[in-house]
Amino acid sequence: MFKNVAELVELAESKNVKISEIMIQQEMLFTGRSREEILEKMEQNLVVMEKAVERGLAGVHSPTGLTGGDAVLLQRYIEKGNMLSGHFLLDAVSKAVATNEVNAAMGTICATPTAGSAGVVPGTLFAVKEKLNPTRMQMIEFLLTSGAFGFVVANNASISGAAGGCQAEVGSASGMAAAAIVEIAGGTPSQSAEAFAITLKNMLGLVCDPVAGLVEVPCVKRNAMGAANAMVAADMALAGITSRIPCDEVIDAMYRIGQTMPSALRETAEGGLAATPTGRELEAKIFGVSLKK
Amino acid sequence: MKYKSVFDIIGPIMIGPSSSHTAGAAKIGRVARNLYGKEPKNIVISLYGSFAKTYRGHGTDVALVGGLLDFDTFDERIPESLNISKDKGMTVEFIEEDAITEHPNTVKISIQDDENQPFELVGISIGGGKIEIVELNGFELKLSGNYPAILVVHNDRYGSIAGVTNVLMKYAVNIGHMEVSRKEVGQIALMAIEVDQDLDEKILKEIESLPHIIRVTKMVD
Repeated sequence: MFKNVAELVELAESKNVKISEIMIQQEMLFTGRSREEILEKMEQNLVVMEKAVERGLAGVHSPTGLTGGDAVLLQRYIEKGNMLSGHFLLDAVSKAVATNEVNAAMGTICATPTAGSAGVVPGTLFAVKEKLNPTRMQMIEFLLTSGAFGFVVANNASISGAAGGCQAEVGSASGMAAAAIVEIAGGTPSQSAEAFAITLKNMLGLVCDPVAGLVEVPCVKRNAMGAANAMVAADMALAGITSRIPCDEVIDAMYRIGQTMPSALRETAEGGLAATPTGRELEAKIFGVSLKK
Repeated sequence: MKYKSVFDIIGPIMIGPSSSHTAGAAKIGRVARNLYGKEPKNIVISLYGSFAKTYRGHGTDVALVGGLLDFDTFDERIPESLNISKDKGMTVEFIEEDAITEHPNTVKISIQDDENQPFELVGISIGGGKIEIVELNGFELKLSGNYPAILVVHNDRYGSIAGVTNVLMKYAVNIGHMEVSRKEVGQIALMAIEVDQDLDEKILKEIESLPHIIRVTKMVD
Protein backbone atom coordinates (compact mmCIF):
# COMPACT_ATOMS: atom_id res chain seq x y z
CA MET A 1 0.00 0.00 0.00
CA PHE A 2 1.23 3.51 -0.81
CA LYS A 3 0.76 6.86 0.91
CA ASN A 4 2.86 9.02 -1.39
CA VAL A 5 4.41 9.02 -4.86
CA ALA A 6 7.81 7.83 -3.64
CA GLU A 7 6.22 4.68 -2.15
CA LEU A 8 4.09 4.16 -5.28
CA VAL A 9 7.14 4.27 -7.56
CA GLU A 10 9.18 2.09 -5.19
CA LEU A 11 6.41 -0.55 -5.08
CA ALA A 12 6.05 -0.63 -8.87
CA GLU A 13 9.79 -0.75 -9.56
CA SER A 14 10.64 -3.34 -6.89
CA LYS A 15 7.87 -5.64 -8.13
CA ASN A 16 8.69 -4.78 -11.75
CA VAL A 17 5.06 -3.95 -12.57
CA LYS A 18 3.22 -0.90 -13.88
CA ILE A 19 1.77 1.73 -11.55
CA SER A 20 -1.70 0.72 -12.74
CA GLU A 21 -1.07 -2.78 -11.34
CA ILE A 22 -0.17 -1.35 -7.91
CA MET A 23 -3.41 0.65 -8.01
CA ILE A 24 -5.43 -2.49 -8.80
CA GLN A 25 -3.80 -4.38 -5.91
CA GLN A 26 -4.46 -1.56 -3.44
CA GLU A 27 -8.06 -1.21 -4.62
CA MET A 28 -8.63 -4.93 -4.07
CA LEU A 29 -7.17 -4.65 -0.57
CA PHE A 30 -9.03 -1.47 0.46
CA THR A 31 -12.45 -2.13 -1.04
CA GLY A 32 -12.65 -5.93 -1.26
CA ARG A 33 -13.60 -5.67 -4.94
CA SER A 34 -12.23 -8.36 -7.25
CA ARG A 35 -9.84 -7.54 -10.11
CA GLU A 36 -12.64 -8.21 -12.62
CA GLU A 37 -15.05 -5.86 -10.81
CA ILE A 38 -12.43 -3.08 -10.75
CA LEU A 39 -11.61 -3.43 -14.45
CA GLU A 40 -15.29 -3.58 -15.36
CA LYS A 41 -16.15 -0.48 -13.33
CA MET A 42 -13.25 1.42 -14.90
CA GLU A 43 -14.39 0.29 -18.35
CA GLN A 44 -17.79 1.91 -17.61
CA ASN A 45 -15.99 5.18 -16.81
CA LEU A 46 -14.04 4.87 -20.06
CA VAL A 47 -17.27 4.46 -22.04
CA VAL A 48 -18.75 7.62 -20.46
CA MET A 49 -15.56 9.56 -21.29
CA GLU A 50 -15.60 8.33 -24.88
CA LYS A 51 -19.23 9.39 -25.33
CA ALA A 52 -18.58 12.82 -23.81
CA VAL A 53 -15.65 13.44 -26.19
CA GLU A 54 -17.79 12.37 -29.16
CA ARG A 55 -20.66 14.57 -28.06
CA GLY A 56 -18.42 17.58 -27.55
CA LEU A 57 -16.72 17.13 -30.93
CA ALA A 58 -20.16 17.09 -32.54
CA GLY A 59 -20.78 20.49 -30.92
CA VAL A 60 -22.60 21.47 -27.70
CA HIS A 61 -23.50 24.74 -26.03
CA SER A 62 -24.14 25.49 -22.35
CA PRO A 63 -27.52 26.89 -21.23
CA THR A 64 -25.90 30.30 -20.54
CA GLY A 65 -24.20 30.45 -23.95
CA LEU A 66 -20.86 31.23 -22.25
CA THR A 67 -19.15 28.12 -23.61
CA GLY A 68 -19.49 25.61 -26.42
CA GLY A 69 -18.41 25.03 -30.00
CA ASP A 70 -14.67 25.56 -29.47
CA ALA A 71 -13.81 21.85 -29.80
CA VAL A 72 -15.45 21.92 -33.25
CA LEU A 73 -13.47 25.03 -34.28
CA LEU A 74 -10.21 23.40 -33.23
CA GLN A 75 -10.95 20.13 -35.08
CA ARG A 76 -11.70 22.07 -38.29
CA TYR A 77 -8.45 23.99 -37.86
CA ILE A 78 -6.47 20.75 -37.36
CA GLU A 79 -8.00 19.29 -40.54
CA LYS A 80 -6.59 22.18 -42.57
CA GLY A 81 -3.14 21.00 -41.48
CA ASN A 82 -1.50 24.39 -40.91
CA MET A 83 -1.17 24.14 -37.13
CA LEU A 84 2.06 25.23 -35.49
CA SER A 85 2.04 23.34 -32.21
CA GLY A 86 1.48 19.81 -33.53
CA HIS A 87 -1.33 17.45 -34.45
CA PHE A 88 -1.50 15.27 -31.32
CA LEU A 89 -1.08 18.20 -28.95
CA LEU A 90 -3.98 20.09 -30.48
CA ASP A 91 -6.06 16.93 -30.74
CA ALA A 92 -5.64 16.44 -26.97
CA VAL A 93 -6.59 20.07 -26.39
CA SER A 94 -9.73 19.81 -28.55
CA LYS A 95 -10.85 16.60 -26.82
CA ALA A 96 -10.29 18.12 -23.36
CA VAL A 97 -12.34 21.13 -24.45
CA ALA A 98 -15.03 18.82 -25.88
CA THR A 99 -15.45 17.04 -22.52
CA ASN A 100 -15.68 20.25 -20.54
CA GLU A 101 -18.14 21.78 -22.96
CA VAL A 102 -20.37 18.75 -22.35
CA ASN A 103 -19.92 19.21 -18.60
CA ALA A 104 -20.91 22.89 -18.79
CA ALA A 105 -23.97 21.86 -20.81
CA MET A 106 -25.07 19.68 -17.84
CA GLY A 107 -24.29 16.56 -19.84
CA THR A 108 -23.01 13.23 -18.47
CA ILE A 109 -19.29 13.08 -17.72
CA CYS A 110 -16.89 11.15 -15.50
CA ALA A 111 -15.16 13.31 -12.88
CA THR A 112 -11.35 13.01 -13.22
CA PRO A 113 -10.65 13.97 -10.46
CA THR A 114 -13.43 16.58 -10.49
CA ALA A 115 -16.04 17.69 -13.03
CA GLY A 116 -14.38 21.08 -13.56
CA SER A 117 -11.16 19.29 -14.53
CA ALA A 118 -12.82 16.33 -16.28
CA GLY A 119 -11.40 17.12 -19.73
CA VAL A 120 -7.66 16.70 -19.21
CA VAL A 121 -7.34 12.95 -18.61
CA PRO A 122 -9.76 11.77 -21.35
CA GLY A 123 -8.56 14.52 -23.73
CA THR A 124 -4.98 13.30 -23.60
CA LEU A 125 -6.00 9.62 -23.57
CA PHE A 126 -8.09 9.82 -26.74
CA ALA A 127 -5.38 11.86 -28.48
CA VAL A 128 -2.50 9.47 -27.69
CA LYS A 129 -4.83 6.61 -28.67
CA GLU A 130 -4.62 7.85 -32.29
CA LYS A 131 -0.84 7.66 -32.18
CA LEU A 132 -0.15 4.54 -30.05
CA ASN A 133 -3.16 2.33 -30.87
CA PRO A 134 -3.43 0.95 -27.32
CA THR A 135 -5.57 -2.04 -26.38
CA ARG A 136 -8.75 -1.48 -24.37
CA MET A 137 -6.87 -2.88 -21.35
CA GLN A 138 -4.07 -0.33 -21.79
CA MET A 139 -6.66 2.45 -21.87
CA ILE A 140 -8.15 1.18 -18.61
CA GLU A 141 -4.61 1.07 -17.17
CA PHE A 142 -4.20 4.71 -18.25
CA LEU A 143 -7.14 5.61 -16.01
CA LEU A 144 -5.83 3.49 -13.12
CA THR A 145 -2.40 5.14 -13.26
CA SER A 146 -4.00 8.61 -13.39
CA GLY A 147 -6.11 7.51 -10.44
CA ALA A 148 -3.09 6.34 -8.43
CA PHE A 149 -1.47 9.79 -8.65
CA GLY A 150 -4.78 11.55 -8.00
CA PHE A 151 -5.28 9.32 -4.97
CA VAL A 152 -2.01 10.56 -3.46
CA VAL A 153 -2.88 14.21 -4.15
CA ALA A 154 -6.41 13.86 -2.75
CA ASN A 155 -5.16 12.30 0.49
CA ASN A 156 -2.03 14.40 1.01
CA ALA A 157 -3.20 17.72 -0.41
CA SER A 158 -6.52 18.49 -2.10
CA ILE A 159 -8.42 18.09 -5.35
CA SER A 160 -11.05 20.70 -4.51
CA GLY A 161 -11.00 24.17 -6.07
CA ALA A 162 -12.89 25.54 -3.08
CA ALA A 163 -10.16 24.23 -0.78
CA GLY A 164 -7.03 24.65 -2.92
CA GLY A 165 -7.75 26.66 -6.07
CA CYS A 166 -7.55 25.52 -9.70
CA GLN A 167 -4.02 24.19 -9.14
CA ALA A 168 -5.73 21.45 -7.04
CA GLU A 169 -8.21 20.62 -9.82
CA VAL A 170 -6.77 21.19 -13.31
CA GLY A 171 -3.25 21.10 -11.82
CA SER A 172 -3.86 17.65 -10.33
CA ALA A 173 -5.66 16.44 -13.47
CA SER A 174 -2.74 17.54 -15.67
CA GLY A 175 -0.20 15.79 -13.50
CA MET A 176 -2.33 12.63 -13.44
CA ALA A 177 -2.61 12.70 -17.24
CA ALA A 178 1.12 13.30 -17.74
CA ALA A 179 2.01 10.34 -15.51
CA ALA A 180 -0.39 8.08 -17.41
CA ILE A 181 0.83 9.23 -20.84
CA VAL A 182 4.36 8.25 -19.81
CA GLU A 183 3.18 4.77 -18.81
CA ILE A 184 1.14 4.13 -21.97
CA ALA A 185 4.10 5.32 -24.07
CA GLY A 186 6.37 2.76 -22.39
CA GLY A 187 8.12 4.97 -19.82
CA THR A 188 9.15 3.84 -16.33
CA PRO A 189 7.25 4.49 -13.06
CA SER A 190 9.98 7.01 -12.08
CA GLN A 191 9.46 8.85 -15.35
CA SER A 192 5.72 8.99 -14.60
CA ALA A 193 6.53 10.66 -11.27
CA GLU A 194 8.88 13.12 -12.98
CA ALA A 195 6.20 13.98 -15.53
CA PHE A 196 3.71 14.57 -12.71
CA ALA A 197 6.14 16.83 -10.87
CA ILE A 198 7.06 18.85 -13.97
CA THR A 199 3.39 19.33 -14.82
CA LEU A 200 2.19 20.37 -11.38
CA LYS A 201 5.12 22.76 -10.92
CA ASN A 202 3.77 24.69 -13.89
CA MET A 203 0.28 24.88 -12.42
CA LEU A 204 1.26 26.04 -8.90
CA GLY A 205 -0.60 29.09 -7.74
CA LEU A 206 -3.39 28.76 -10.28
CA VAL A 207 -6.49 30.29 -8.70
CA CYS A 208 -10.12 29.20 -8.99
CA ASP A 209 -12.02 32.26 -10.20
CA PRO A 210 -15.00 31.11 -12.26
CA VAL A 211 -17.08 33.87 -13.84
CA ALA A 212 -20.55 33.96 -12.23
CA GLY A 213 -19.49 30.87 -10.26
CA LEU A 214 -20.13 28.75 -13.33
CA VAL A 215 -17.83 25.90 -14.38
CA GLU A 216 -17.35 27.51 -17.79
CA VAL A 217 -15.07 30.57 -17.92
CA PRO A 218 -12.12 30.03 -17.60
CA CYS A 219 -12.51 26.32 -16.74
CA VAL A 220 -12.91 25.06 -20.31
CA LYS A 221 -9.75 26.81 -21.51
CA ARG A 222 -7.83 25.82 -18.37
CA ASN A 223 -8.59 22.21 -19.29
CA ALA A 224 -7.23 22.94 -22.76
CA MET A 225 -3.93 24.17 -21.37
CA GLY A 226 -3.92 21.42 -18.73
CA ALA A 227 -3.97 18.87 -21.54
CA ALA A 228 -1.21 20.69 -23.46
CA ASN A 229 0.89 20.95 -20.29
CA ALA A 230 0.49 17.20 -19.64
CA MET A 231 1.51 16.25 -23.20
CA VAL A 232 4.64 18.43 -23.13
CA ALA A 233 5.67 17.35 -19.62
CA ALA A 234 5.24 13.68 -20.57
CA ASP A 235 7.52 14.17 -23.57
CA MET A 236 10.07 15.95 -21.36
CA ALA A 237 10.07 13.08 -18.83
CA LEU A 238 10.34 10.49 -21.63
CA ALA A 239 13.34 12.44 -22.93
CA GLY A 240 14.99 11.81 -19.56
CA ILE A 241 14.45 15.22 -17.98
CA THR A 242 13.89 15.10 -14.22
CA SER A 243 12.39 17.52 -11.70
CA ARG A 244 14.89 19.01 -9.24
CA ILE A 245 12.10 19.13 -6.64
CA PRO A 246 10.78 15.61 -5.88
CA CYS A 247 7.16 14.88 -6.81
CA ASP A 248 5.86 14.58 -3.22
CA GLU A 249 7.42 17.91 -2.29
CA VAL A 250 5.73 19.57 -5.27
CA ILE A 251 2.39 18.15 -4.08
CA ASP A 252 3.08 19.45 -0.58
CA ALA A 253 3.97 22.89 -1.97
CA MET A 254 0.68 22.90 -3.88
CA TYR A 255 -1.19 22.09 -0.66
CA ARG A 256 0.48 24.87 1.30
CA ILE A 257 -0.09 27.39 -1.49
CA GLY A 258 -3.77 26.40 -1.46
CA GLN A 259 -4.01 26.95 2.28
CA THR A 260 -2.64 30.47 2.02
CA MET A 261 -4.78 31.38 -0.99
CA PRO A 262 -7.39 34.02 -0.13
CA SER A 263 -11.01 32.84 -0.09
CA ALA A 264 -11.84 35.24 -2.97
CA LEU A 265 -9.70 33.04 -5.23
CA ARG A 266 -11.10 29.69 -4.13
CA GLU A 267 -14.28 29.08 -6.09
CA THR A 268 -16.29 31.89 -4.52
CA ALA A 269 -16.57 33.95 -7.73
CA GLU A 270 -15.36 36.99 -5.76
CA GLY A 271 -11.92 37.58 -7.25
CA GLY A 272 -9.71 37.08 -10.31
CA LEU A 273 -11.46 36.81 -13.66
CA ALA A 274 -14.86 36.64 -11.94
CA ALA A 275 -14.27 40.15 -10.54
CA THR A 276 -13.22 41.76 -13.85
CA PRO A 277 -15.66 44.29 -15.37
CA THR A 278 -16.62 41.81 -18.10
CA GLY A 279 -16.86 38.95 -15.61
CA ARG A 280 -19.25 41.00 -13.45
CA GLU A 281 -21.24 42.09 -16.49
CA LEU A 282 -21.71 38.49 -17.62
CA GLU A 283 -22.76 37.49 -14.09
CA ALA A 284 -25.32 40.32 -13.92
CA LYS A 285 -26.71 39.37 -17.33
CA ILE A 286 -26.97 35.63 -16.58
CA PHE A 287 -28.60 35.92 -13.15
CA GLY A 288 -30.43 39.19 -13.71
CA VAL A 289 -28.79 40.73 -10.64
CA SER A 290 -27.40 44.19 -10.01
CA LEU A 291 -23.76 44.91 -10.92
CA LYS A 292 -23.09 46.22 -7.40
CA LYS A 293 -23.21 43.23 -5.12
CA MET B 1 -7.12 8.64 4.68
CA LYS B 2 -10.06 10.63 3.34
CA TYR B 3 -10.08 8.86 -0.03
CA LYS B 4 -9.93 5.07 -0.08
CA SER B 5 -10.83 4.10 -3.62
CA VAL B 6 -9.50 4.90 -7.09
CA PHE B 7 -13.14 5.47 -8.06
CA ASP B 8 -13.23 8.50 -5.75
CA ILE B 9 -10.65 9.97 -8.16
CA ILE B 10 -11.74 8.53 -11.53
CA GLY B 11 -15.47 9.00 -10.99
CA PRO B 12 -18.25 9.43 -10.21
CA ILE B 13 -20.13 9.34 -13.48
CA MET B 14 -22.31 12.40 -13.10
CA ILE B 15 -24.35 15.18 -14.59
CA GLY B 16 -22.20 18.34 -14.85
CA PRO B 17 -21.05 20.90 -14.13
CA SER B 18 -19.30 20.49 -10.73
CA SER B 19 -18.28 17.39 -8.78
CA SER B 20 -18.27 19.19 -5.44
CA HIS B 21 -21.20 21.53 -6.09
CA THR B 22 -23.39 19.23 -8.20
CA ALA B 23 -22.48 15.56 -7.63
CA GLY B 24 -21.48 16.05 -3.97
CA ALA B 25 -24.62 18.09 -3.34
CA ALA B 26 -26.82 15.41 -4.94
CA LYS B 27 -25.18 12.81 -2.70
CA ILE B 28 -25.79 14.84 0.48
CA GLY B 29 -29.42 15.33 -0.55
CA ARG B 30 -29.83 11.62 -1.16
CA VAL B 31 -28.30 10.66 2.20
CA ALA B 32 -30.76 13.06 3.87
CA ARG B 33 -33.62 11.44 1.96
CA ASN B 34 -32.35 8.03 2.97
CA LEU B 35 -32.05 8.89 6.66
CA TYR B 36 -35.40 10.65 6.69
CA GLY B 37 -36.85 7.48 5.24
CA LYS B 38 -39.55 8.97 3.03
CA GLU B 39 -40.23 11.80 0.63
CA PRO B 40 -39.93 15.09 2.53
CA LYS B 41 -42.53 17.81 2.00
CA ASN B 42 -41.23 21.04 3.54
CA ILE B 43 -37.52 21.61 3.16
CA VAL B 44 -35.26 24.48 4.21
CA ILE B 45 -31.75 24.39 2.79
CA SER B 46 -29.06 26.66 4.30
CA LEU B 47 -25.93 27.15 2.21
CA TYR B 48 -22.55 28.24 3.53
CA GLY B 49 -19.23 29.41 2.01
CA SER B 50 -18.68 28.62 -1.65
CA PHE B 51 -22.04 26.82 -1.72
CA ALA B 52 -23.80 30.06 -0.71
CA LYS B 53 -21.83 32.17 -3.19
CA THR B 54 -22.17 29.99 -6.30
CA TYR B 55 -25.07 27.58 -5.85
CA ARG B 56 -27.15 28.84 -8.75
CA GLY B 57 -24.29 28.75 -11.23
CA HIS B 58 -23.26 25.25 -10.25
CA GLY B 59 -26.72 23.78 -10.06
CA THR B 60 -26.17 23.02 -6.36
CA ASP B 61 -29.85 23.80 -5.77
CA VAL B 62 -31.15 21.37 -8.41
CA ALA B 63 -28.64 18.74 -7.27
CA LEU B 64 -29.64 18.93 -3.58
CA VAL B 65 -33.31 18.70 -4.47
CA GLY B 66 -32.54 15.90 -6.95
CA GLY B 67 -30.89 13.98 -4.11
CA LEU B 68 -33.90 14.63 -1.85
CA LEU B 69 -36.01 13.14 -4.66
CA ASP B 70 -33.76 10.04 -4.44
CA PHE B 71 -31.97 10.70 -7.77
CA ASP B 72 -28.41 9.41 -8.20
CA THR B 73 -25.54 11.67 -9.38
CA PHE B 74 -25.91 10.52 -13.00
CA ASP B 75 -29.73 10.76 -13.14
CA GLU B 76 -30.64 12.87 -16.15
CA ARG B 77 -33.70 14.23 -14.32
CA ILE B 78 -31.42 16.31 -12.02
CA PRO B 79 -31.57 19.49 -14.15
CA GLU B 80 -35.39 19.33 -13.87
CA SER B 81 -35.57 18.51 -10.15
CA LEU B 82 -36.91 21.90 -9.00
CA ASN B 83 -39.89 21.55 -11.34
CA ILE B 84 -40.38 17.91 -10.39
CA SER B 85 -40.44 18.79 -6.66
CA LYS B 86 -42.96 21.56 -7.33
CA ASP B 87 -45.22 19.14 -9.22
CA LYS B 88 -45.08 16.81 -6.23
CA GLY B 89 -46.22 19.63 -3.94
CA MET B 90 -42.91 19.92 -2.09
CA THR B 91 -41.76 23.33 -0.85
CA VAL B 92 -38.07 24.19 -0.85
CA GLU B 93 -36.54 27.34 0.58
CA PHE B 94 -32.87 28.28 0.05
CA ILE B 95 -31.05 30.50 2.56
CA GLU B 96 -27.62 31.99 1.79
CA GLU B 97 -25.80 32.08 5.14
CA ASP B 98 -22.91 34.42 5.96
CA ALA B 99 -21.47 32.38 8.83
CA ILE B 100 -17.98 31.00 8.26
CA THR B 101 -17.91 27.21 8.49
CA GLU B 102 -14.93 24.93 8.91
CA HIS B 103 -15.34 23.62 5.35
CA PRO B 104 -16.18 25.97 2.44
CA ASN B 105 -18.81 23.68 0.92
CA THR B 106 -21.27 23.18 3.75
CA VAL B 107 -25.03 22.70 3.62
CA LYS B 108 -27.69 22.25 6.29
CA ILE B 109 -30.87 20.49 5.27
CA SER B 110 -33.85 20.76 7.60
CA ILE B 111 -37.05 18.92 6.91
CA GLN B 112 -39.99 20.57 8.66
CA ASP B 113 -42.86 18.17 8.05
CA ASP B 114 -43.59 17.38 11.67
CA GLU B 115 -42.76 19.63 14.61
CA ASN B 116 -42.41 16.66 16.92
CA GLN B 117 -39.85 14.91 14.76
CA PRO B 118 -37.39 17.54 13.59
CA PHE B 119 -34.84 16.44 11.03
CA GLU B 120 -31.67 18.39 10.47
CA LEU B 121 -28.55 17.22 8.69
CA VAL B 122 -25.28 19.04 7.99
CA GLY B 123 -23.13 17.75 5.15
CA ILE B 124 -19.90 18.88 3.53
CA SER B 125 -18.68 18.26 0.00
CA ILE B 126 -14.94 17.66 0.22
CA GLY B 127 -14.06 17.41 -3.50
CA GLY B 128 -14.37 15.04 -6.43
CA GLY B 129 -17.97 14.20 -5.47
CA LYS B 130 -17.01 12.85 -2.07
CA ILE B 131 -19.02 13.93 0.96
CA GLU B 132 -19.19 13.68 4.73
CA ILE B 133 -22.19 13.99 7.01
CA VAL B 134 -20.94 15.95 10.01
CA GLU B 135 -24.10 16.54 12.02
CA LEU B 136 -27.47 14.86 12.42
CA ASN B 137 -30.19 16.36 14.64
CA GLY B 138 -27.56 18.18 16.66
CA PHE B 139 -25.27 15.17 17.12
CA GLU B 140 -21.79 15.50 15.69
CA LEU B 141 -20.64 12.61 13.55
CA LYS B 142 -18.41 11.74 10.63
CA LEU B 143 -20.07 9.53 8.05
CA SER B 144 -18.75 9.11 4.52
CA GLY B 145 -21.96 7.84 2.96
CA ASN B 146 -19.82 5.31 1.08
CA TYR B 147 -20.84 2.30 3.13
CA PRO B 148 -24.14 1.10 4.52
CA ALA B 149 -24.60 2.54 7.98
CA ILE B 150 -27.02 2.28 10.84
CA LEU B 151 -27.86 5.11 13.17
CA VAL B 152 -29.08 4.17 16.63
CA VAL B 153 -30.70 6.75 18.88
CA HIS B 154 -30.39 5.50 22.44
CA ASN B 155 -30.28 6.49 26.09
CA ASP B 156 -26.77 7.17 27.34
CA ARG B 157 -26.54 4.14 29.71
CA TYR B 158 -23.91 1.48 30.30
CA GLY B 159 -24.35 -1.62 28.19
CA SER B 160 -26.38 -0.04 25.39
CA ILE B 161 -23.42 -0.11 22.98
CA ALA B 162 -22.49 -3.68 23.89
CA GLY B 163 -26.11 -4.72 23.29
CA VAL B 164 -26.02 -3.39 19.74
CA THR B 165 -22.62 -4.85 18.88
CA ASN B 166 -23.70 -8.23 20.31
CA VAL B 167 -26.60 -8.36 17.85
CA LEU B 168 -24.26 -7.47 14.97
CA MET B 169 -21.87 -10.20 16.10
CA LYS B 170 -24.71 -12.74 16.18
CA TYR B 171 -25.43 -12.03 12.49
CA ALA B 172 -21.71 -11.93 11.56
CA VAL B 173 -21.83 -8.27 10.57
CA ASN B 174 -18.44 -6.56 10.53
CA ILE B 175 -18.15 -2.95 11.72
CA GLY B 176 -15.88 -0.74 9.58
CA HIS B 177 -16.28 2.48 11.54
CA MET B 178 -18.23 3.42 14.63
CA GLU B 179 -18.76 6.49 16.75
CA VAL B 180 -20.90 7.54 19.66
CA SER B 181 -22.03 11.07 20.29
CA ARG B 182 -24.10 12.62 23.08
CA LYS B 183 -25.13 16.13 23.97
CA GLU B 184 -25.28 15.62 27.76
CA VAL B 185 -24.30 12.80 30.12
CA GLY B 186 -27.16 10.38 30.74
CA GLN B 187 -29.41 11.91 28.09
CA ILE B 188 -30.13 10.93 24.49
CA ALA B 189 -27.15 9.73 22.46
CA LEU B 190 -26.46 8.58 18.91
CA MET B 191 -24.44 5.63 17.63
CA ALA B 192 -23.32 5.78 14.01
CA ILE B 193 -22.06 2.44 12.73
CA GLU B 194 -20.68 1.83 9.26
CA VAL B 195 -20.87 -1.82 8.25
CA ASP B 196 -19.66 -3.85 5.27
CA GLN B 197 -23.01 -5.16 4.04
CA ASP B 198 -26.60 -4.05 3.77
CA LEU B 199 -28.59 -5.06 6.87
CA ASP B 200 -31.81 -7.01 7.00
CA GLU B 201 -34.92 -5.40 8.56
CA LYS B 202 -34.95 -8.30 11.05
CA ILE B 203 -31.59 -7.24 12.49
CA LEU B 204 -32.74 -3.63 12.82
CA LYS B 205 -35.93 -4.74 14.61
CA GLU B 206 -33.89 -6.86 17.01
CA ILE B 207 -31.62 -3.91 17.82
CA GLU B 208 -34.64 -1.65 18.32
CA SER B 209 -36.11 -4.07 20.85
CA LEU B 210 -33.05 -3.86 23.13
CA PRO B 211 -33.25 -1.88 26.39
CA HIS B 212 -32.35 1.83 26.14
CA ILE B 213 -32.66 1.84 22.36
CA ILE B 214 -35.08 4.48 21.04
CA ARG B 215 -34.86 4.33 17.25
CA VAL B 216 -32.82 2.62 14.53
CA THR B 217 -32.50 3.91 10.98
CA LYS B 218 -30.41 2.67 8.14
CA MET B 219 -28.50 4.46 5.43
CA VAL B 220 -27.52 2.58 2.29
CA ASP B 221 -24.87 3.67 -0.20
